[in-house]
Amino acid sequence: METLSLLMQGFAVAGTPENLMIALVGCFLGTIVGLLPGLGPINGVAILLPIAFAMKLPPESALILLCAVYAGCEYGGRISAILINVPGDAGAVMTTLDGYPMAKKGLAGPALSMSALASFIGALVATIGIVAFAPLLAEWAIAFGPAEYFVLMVLALCCLGGLVGDSLPKALTACLIGLFLSTVGIDSNSGIYRYTFDLLHLQDGIPFIVIVIGLFAVSELMLMLQNAHAAGEPISVTGRLMFNTQEFMLAKWTMLRSALSGFFIGVLPGAGATIASAMCYAAERRMAGKDHQFGQGDIRGVAAPEAANNASANGSLVPMLTLGVPGSGTTAVMIGALTLYNITPGPTLFQDQPVIVWGLIASLFIANVMLLVMNIPLIRVFVKFLSIPNWLLVPGVAAISLVGVYAVHGTTFDLILGTLIGGLGYLLRVMNFPIAPFILGFVLGDMMEQNLRRALSISDGDPSILFASPIAIGLWVAAAAMLIGPRVMKAIDARRVPQEAVAH
Amino acid sequence: MLKKSVLALAACVLAGSAFAAPEKPECIAPAKPGGGFDLTCKLVQSALQNGKYLDAPMRVTYMPGGIGAVAYNTVIANRPAEGGTVVAFSGGSILNLALGKFGKYTEKDVKWVAAVGADYGAVIVRADSPYQNLKDLIEATRANPGKIVYGAGGSVGSQDWMKSALIAREAGVNYKNMRYVAFEGGGEAMTALMGGHVQAYTGDASEVAAHLKGGRVRVLAVLSPERLPGELTAIPTAIEQGYKVEWTIARGYYVGPKVSDADYRWWLGSFDKMLGSPEFDKLRAERGLFPFNLTGDKLADYVGKEVKRYTLLAQEFGLAGQ
Repeated sequence: METLSLLMQGFAVAGTPENLMIALVGCFLGTIVGLLPGLGPINGVAILLPIAFAMKLPPESALILLCAVYAGCEYGGRISAILINVPGDAGAVMTTLDGYPMAKKGLAGPALSMSALASFIGALVATIGIVAFAPLLAEWAIAFGPAEYFVLMVLALCCLGGLVGDSLPKALTACLIGLFLSTVGIDSNSGIYRYTFDLLHLQDGIPFIVIVIGLFAVSELMLMLQNAHAAGEPISVTGRLMFNTQEFMLAKWTMLRSALSGFFIGVLPGAGATIASAMCYAAERRMAGKDHQFGQGDIRGVAAPEAANNASANGSLVPMLTLGVPGSGTTAVMIGALTLYNITPGPTLFQDQPVIVWGLIASLFIANVMLLVMNIPLIRVFVKFLSIPNWLLVPGVAAISLVGVYAVHGTTFDLILGTLIGGLGYLLRVMNFPIAPFILGFVLGDMMEQNLRRALSISDGDPSILFASPIAIGLWVAAAAMLIGPRVMKAIDARRVPQEAVAH
Repeated sequence: MLKKSVLALAACVLAGSAFAAPEKPECIAPAKPGGGFDLTCKLVQSALQNGKYLDAPMRVTYMPGGIGAVAYNTVIANRPAEGGTVVAFSGGSILNLALGKFGKYTEKDVKWVAAVGADYGAVIVRADSPYQNLKDLIEATRANPGKIVYGAGGSVGSQDWMKSALIAREAGVNYKNMRYVAFEGGGEAMTALMGGHVQAYTGDASEVAAHLKGGRVRVLAVLSPERLPGELTAIPTAIEQGYKVEWTIARGYYVGPKVSDADYRWWLGSFDKMLGSPEFDKLRAERGLFPFNLTGDKLADYVGKEVKRYTLLAQEFGLAGQ
């Protein structure tokens, strides 16, 4: 009951005309920043923070602005993923897998509207989760030590099976290339530089955004050049902008499941939206049974990652609010923002600063409703992008992406690197290698290696630490189920089919 | 757009006058947004703006890579004469400079402007830990080096690691036998400490103030020369407890080697004026930094001494030539 009255107070804070206006502006700017490949929520928040401070916004308003931008980015990232096959931010990588095929089939409208709804549900579930369980979740977040993170990565890798396209060897190769690239840079356990070739720019490794831009935007440009002689088939848009009841029924449980798992993964500092969306996508694909169209434009393929990445983004606020540790890069900037206002986020924030905490939570609800309302009519505008001819659209996107990368890191090296990776991506795509396992290998590889080595240095080399805690054991069981489950199901199916045949 | 051009015009007009501020003021934070370098840049940005030193607002840009290595090399090689551009540095940058991780350049290749604040190391354990003071921890480490796992946010050879290694040295434990886990940044290390995955965390004083109130952690010692002001004043230093371990992380700015004397002097003058003001003290305290003021030659001397000290430590810890 007390929680509810506090939440009502929060709505009173977030519901003042100025704060509503600020949330609206934040949602809009966030959507734009999220939409632009190369710029992600961390940049949006970092750009706006000094502006908010210079405008002398009170702390709760500044935080509402930043949260609205964060929420908006998670919505925006899917738009370019669906329309042009270039994820607008890291969390939207998986959305390209089915979003773009849907757009090519003329179903851009339903893909956009369904993903907007999925984003909304993801965010809503996560926000309710924060309200109801934040203090408990803090315990969940710190229960994860290096050993548990390692097993979580194993589980994520076992989900990889769900991302395999036509050929397992190709998916594995792509994954291994990603894994290899993730080893570039300083090894955080030993401090030794690996594969940096004495290039200072490689000391911190290859930035994730450079990989994404290279693999998607730059290689897309090269593919287009290759196909230049063939008349570019303009994507037609069917009249339908909204998903229909049938599509909703198909995706409703997908959204809810992905929202829940996305939230729990998001709460863990160090996991994040990319892993959450990849795991949920893969799990849904596995659960879909035989007659699915995952990879060719299944509506559940846009619903799952979008629900998961929005839930995960909101979930990453939990460690910030309850423990004072950042759950993601973006929340690290927000903690900086709070520090500027002389508010130290930490375990006592809920008691010391109820106005700010509950105002922020209430503004998350408000911002998400705004984003849903804003995004549905805007679909009409977004699909217009598709009528831009490819020769204009693709170079434009590549240019904007690279400008984004340059703006963030300020070195031309990243541009060259992005182009090289684009070349690699082009070769892979021409040879029909799937790109998603590449990305996953890159993200998971580093975290898996570092956490394994951390765990082993804690236990002094004794691998039993990997099976020591109930969480770790639970994750192993889940991983085994992921690997064996589908086969068992298949076996059961195979047995059932002849029986049915007899019965007929 | 219009606003920008007006500002640019204003900057140009000002540049013509006698005590001109450098054009296009910019602070390069050599990291991703959100960390200590960002904070350092935001500090000078607000201070210059509040004190009306500049008419054009200072831009903060990010150039991540190797705790400042990328920015250091870029400024020296490509942007050596930009009078308006200051780059944030930290004790971590000086350490890597000493370890030769900044490429071919040395500390003499830039013009050091000012150190404006400092942070100090801190030794932190969980609130329910059996170690009540630094002595307990050090004696436990001495008795059973394999049992006490230290964790922090940096790799072997980083500042965070050195703090752990120095504590272990006090316990008579060689750095090679010390159990140390490197996390990705202080936040992760703090989380691991709270979860009981490591037994001690050698972090920074500025980040623990917030956690003290929460009651999940206990600070055994601060690694400063004297007790710190503010919330941490009750925490004894390591020196007080009989261990000569001190770790200062200075924060400040440098400019490119070919910046004109006029611009360099403008920066020195402005910092000298700013650092003496109570407004600056307030801004610095808001960012969790402690007073540590050095400008110009004094700073250059300090950096030179630190480089020597780190080089010796690096030899002792077998890091040289890495």
